[in-house]
Amino acid sequence: MRGNLKLGLARMRLLLFLLALFATLLPRSATADATAAREALAILAGGNLDAMEPAIGTIARSGVPWAEPVLGALLEGRLLVRPSDRAVFLRTPDGVLLEAESGAPTSVDAKSLRPIRINNRLRRTLEGALGALTLGHGDPAVRLTAAEKLFARPDPSALDSLEAALVRETEPRVREAFARARAAILLEHGPPPARAEAALALAASPSPAVLGKLQAARRALPADAAPEIVAALEEAIAKVERRLRLLELAQTLFQGMSLGSVLLLAAIGLAVTFGVMGVINMAHGEMVMLGAYATWAVQQAMRALLPGALDWSLIFAVPAAFILAAAAGWAIERGVISRLYGRPLETLLATFGISLVLQQAVRLGIGATNREVVTPSWMSGLWEPVPGLALTTNRIVIVLFAIAVFLLLVALVRGTRLGLEIRAVTQNRRMAETMGIRTPRVDALTFALGSGIAGIGGVALAQIDNVSPNLGQAYIVDSFIVVVFGGVGNLWGTFLGAMTLGLVNKLLEPVAGAVLGKIIVLLALILFIQRRPQGLFALRGRAAEA
Amino acid sequence: MTAAPRSPLRPALMLSLVGCAILLVPILNRLVPEGSALHLEDRFVPLFGKYLAYAVLAVSLDLIWGRAGILSLGHGAFFALGGYAMGMYLMRQIGPRGVYAHPVLPDFMVFLNWQELPWYWYGFDRFWFAMIMVVLVPGTLAFLFGWFAFRSRVSGVYFSIITQALTFALMLAFFRNEMGFGGNNGLTDFKDILGFPITAPDTRLALYLATGLLLLLALVVAIHLRRSPLGRLLVAIRDGEARARFLGHDTLKAKLFVWTLSAVLAGLAGALYVPQVGIINPSEFSPAASIEIAIWVAVGGRDTILGPVVGSLLVNGMKTWLTGAAPELWLFVLGGLFVLVTLVLPDGLVGIGRALARRFKTGSSAAPIEAGPGPMEAARG
Repeated sequence: MRGNLKLGLARMRLLLFLLALFATLLPRSATADATAAREALAILAGGNLDAMEPAIGTIARSGVPWAEPVLGALLEGRLLVRPSDRAVFLRTPDGVLLEAESGAPTSVDAKSLRPIRINNRLRRTLEGALGALTLGHGDPAVRLTAAEKLFARPDPSALDSLEAALVRETEPRVREAFARARAAILLEHGPPPARAEAALALAASPSPAVLGKLQAARRALPADAAPEIVAALEEAIAKVERRLRLLELAQTLFQGMSLGSVLLLAAIGLAVTFGVMGVINMAHGEMVMLGAYATWAVQQAMRALLPGALDWSLIFAVPAAFILAAAAGWAIERGVISRLYGRPLETLLATFGISLVLQQAVRLGIGATNREVVTPSWMSGLWEPVPGLALTTNRIVIVLFAIAVFLLLVALVRGTRLGLEIRAVTQNRRMAETMGIRTPRVDALTFALGSGIAGIGGVALAQIDNVSPNLGQAYIVDSFIVVVFGGVGNLWGTFLGAMTLGLVNKLLEPVAGAVLGKIIVLLALILFIQRRPQGLFALRGRAAEA
Repeated sequence: MTAAPRSPLRPALMLSLVGCAILLVPILNRLVPEGSALHLEDRFVPLFGKYLAYAVLAVSLDLIWGRAGILSLGHGAFFALGGYAMGMYLMRQIGPRGVYAHPVLPDFMVFLNWQELPWYWYGFDRFWFAMIMVVLVPGTLAFLFGWFAFRSRVSGVYFSIITQALTFALMLAFFRNEMGFGGNNGLTDFKDILGFPITAPDTRLALYLATGLLLLLALVVAIHLRRSPLGRLLVAIRDGEARARFLGHDTLKAKLFVWTLSAVLAGLAGALYVPQVGIINPSEFSPAASIEIAIWVAVGGRDTILGPVVGSLLVNGMKTWLTGAAPELWLFVLGGLFVLVTLVLPDGLVGIGRALARRFKTGSSAAPIEAGPGPMEAARG
């Protein structure tokens, strides 16, 4: 995305340059404007800061083709003057020297030139002038940017050109932006009745920037302003505030759901293994980490072999991460956990040791630094269901993905033979054994399944978090909390636990701050577990005591 | 239900053995002339003092884990709280000698624009008050936490996880600058303790000996507890809590007592640890640091007198050596220890020692190595 923008800018600059070049080839009538502009350029070369401000306006209004590249160069410190004869040159962002007026390449010695300096006041003037200049640009994106600049820094001198542009404009999005910029200018500089009208118009598209402008306008109103104008402004402010609060709440809820789904992916495998085997797998976080590294490795491989299909590497990453993490989980179960059957505390310690070894192995084998996983283009960007509510696409995809994985697991536990056996062992291991279920096999498969799901969770986490050896550690404590909160071996409990925890975390964050919010959650959990030691959704009846 | 395995060493012999080992450091440091190959340089004294503080911490964990089968993954929190109480006393002793030369406020508070000393810092300029806090703060926290947890019959891995949540929450809290405990950097730059310069060799040796005394005291407590009826009740709780309760024992009181005692011991260890290492910061609260204590105990041998001491000295000595010689290998070794000890050494090094001693005594190679269920196996359920 950033690449595209760069490309667009480069293309735009090239276009401007060609335009300027083309203009020099045309026989030009020496109109008064062009002469004035040339004189103004000489003033710029003179370097007198006070004289420069009107000169900038003269150039901007003149309509000469070199106005935009020259003013742009001045703004960015790329407009140079030769002190000996005050000839003005322009350096392109790529470092090529051009004559300012003609835009023709020149072989003048760069060392003999010095940049024309400006101050902040001139910088603002220049930005306004450039904004007005680009309102008529051929590319809608450029026009949109120009309108947004004008909105941010309303320049009354641009009002005429803005209104002209508004009449000409056909693109609806750009039209809206133009109207907003016009309202912003009127709100700040127009006569009071126009201000009231502009305020109500702006209130239709609420944003923190609009709120700031409205409040500034309210403060700027003279004390003897007509009451209906004051009322209109205050109504607009109240409307925007209400709307912003609502949007903020929606945003927070979405963030909470997003965090909840990440927790769900990290915790659900833990819930399954804890439920079936009653052991805490401290290396569970490392299964998530392995999944994230599998995503990275698949992407690296595709970059080398199939660079065209890089966007779809996740399709291969999901099974790769599942298989890698499941294999690791199976090995851990067979090699260590099955030998510690009935000793849950020792299992906890042994799996902690495994997690240390796995982290260190990745740190030494792949490197301690973060690995970058590129977000595919179809997952990047924003979705705006209503104006002002921007949801990042990758988070939406992760929420949907987590729900899909969850439903798949529910279906597997409910509808397959393995699921039946898992449920039987969860409820009463010895009875299940007596009925002919091979519990060691169920244990190993459950562990592989839980680890594999953690691996899939790693694929999702790789999109939003750094892929580093510590990735798993960041989520393991939260995962435990989810499992404890949701209750053992209860998938829906885990789901609700994850979502609740995600929402509570995000709702507390703005009130108490991220760290204090987390402390509150932890303390609440410690208190909660006193009331309901078996979690929110305890197994009832005989199974509870088994 | 099994009684505690009889140790082949008598307690008095064991205590004098540990005492002699503790005295080795001052002897090698002071009595062996400098230049001799056996001479111990001054700079190593606080290192061994740190090991002894860790040994006390390990003994305290073994009280609750080895005896009562309750695995705390948050014992580092009590250790750190004791350490912070001592650190606060040491901070107040700096007085106006800080970088900012403020007469009352410690440097970090001046730096963070605190105007006056927060109320919970009052009194810490007096040693006796700080010592009371060293006992009271970890003890009270443990008592409240334990009372809530044991009353609701939270046990097994659930208890372990919430102790981990406790220390994690404390770590996050102490990282905050607003808490007034120095945030990320913790408390450091101490100048003197009870008027003695804290880095002077004599002070350090005295601190070392104080830690050694504390270790002996901890061992006496542990031995006494093993022989008392309470110790037997704890074993009963470990092996079948519901049964012990049905037999009419007040398991809540027994667990709560030993849990609080263990936390107080950990706090005292922390208080002696801080002046010797010269810093206390929130990383002492990290869950990983707490879980490491369990491996010291497991390596040495759970539910033994010497096990925690041997284990903590061995693992920490290895840590000091390996993090200097081959830092990238240390985590492999530590992780490997966790797996290996739980899989093949359920009774730790002391367990091996016992088996060898038994074989030596009977003189028969037919004697089974694992005579009777060890505490690790007995802790099922």
